[in-house]
Amino acid sequence: MSIAVAQDDPHHLGVLAMVTHEGLAPKRIVTGYGFWIFLLSDIVMFSCFFAAYAVLLGQTAGGPSGAQLFNLRNVAVETGCLLFSSFTCGMASIASEERNYFWFQIAMAVTCIFGLAFLWIEFHEFADLVARGAGPSRSAFLSAFFTLVGCHGGHVSAGILWLLTMMAQVFAKGFRADIQRRMLCFALFWHALDIIWVAVFSVVYLLGSAV
Amino acid sequence: MSDTDLHHGPDLAPGEEHASVRLRVLGYLIGLGLAILLTATSFFIAGTDLVWQPSIPVAIIVLAIAQMGVHLVFFLHITTGPDNTNNVMALAFGLLIVFLVIGGSLWIMSNLNQHMVPMDQLMQMQR
Repeated sequence: MSIAVAQDDPHHLGVLAMVTHEGLAPKRIVTGYGFWIFLLSDIVMFSCFFAAYAVLLGQTAGGPSGAQLFNLRNVAVETGCLLFSSFTCGMASIASEERNYFWFQIAMAVTCIFGLAFLWIEFHEFADLVARGAGPSRSAFLSAFFTLVGCHGGHVSAGILWLLTMMAQVFAKGFRADIQRRMLCFALFWHALDIIWVAVFSVVYLLGSAV
Repeated sequence: MSDTDLHHGPDLAPGEEHASVRLRVLGYLIGLGLAILLTATSFFIAGTDLVWQPSIPVAIIVLAIAQMGVHLVFFLHITTGPDNTNNVMALAFGLLIVFLVIGGSLWIMSNLNQHMVPMDQLMQMQR
């Protein structure tokens, strides 16, 4: 990525002036950029589910609508859990770069607890909906709802497995360069999940209960 | 390239920044504060009678986009700096596709809903 190395500094940015011809970018940047491309493709996939939900929002087939089903207090608690876990994940990535083992494990453990709390609330919400006869097979609206929110929940579950793997790898191997690259990718993944959740609670829950 | 001059390269990986630990923690705290503020406003607006009702969906969408911006800048560290050009270009392309998929689906489906014969009438005609 340093192929476009600046020959001069036309905008007086200063940063580019230090650069000389170096060949390939360091591995950390290539890895992070590649993972960023993956995350964007994941977001494009989520946008398809969002489009399906928006189109099918009114197609309740005589069944319950969002306003009758959604409990916004639960959603607010879920939002808080993910937001704080995103913050502690940021603390963990700072600790990882500073090679501070103690704070890294503490921050990752707190992130894990908030993530599990989120999943617990979501699981109970889904079980409650199915028990009330509002499962995914009830109407097109509910199919779209379970697909979209369930897909996000699946990503969070995978993220927690990855989180535990990172804790174990740092425990077993320490802050090696390759472990730190994995940690960079994990932090990006976790923050991206929070961005998708912002869209979920706004579009699915807040707009869905307004209709 | 060795580890020491890593932070003087021409590019930054997404999520990467160079600053002291205190400033970086402060950045995350500012992001957290802004995100809490925007989330609280969103939830408040959704359940209030104080504002003109038809403006609520627009307000929720605007607040959501603002909060995604806060997350991108303060948590993912996607900035407009010269070391971030590649990340921003990829993001812009991703947003273009997201816009086409969501906007296009809504447009086409609402158009079909307006112009198509309702399904129950269609069934009658086929008998």
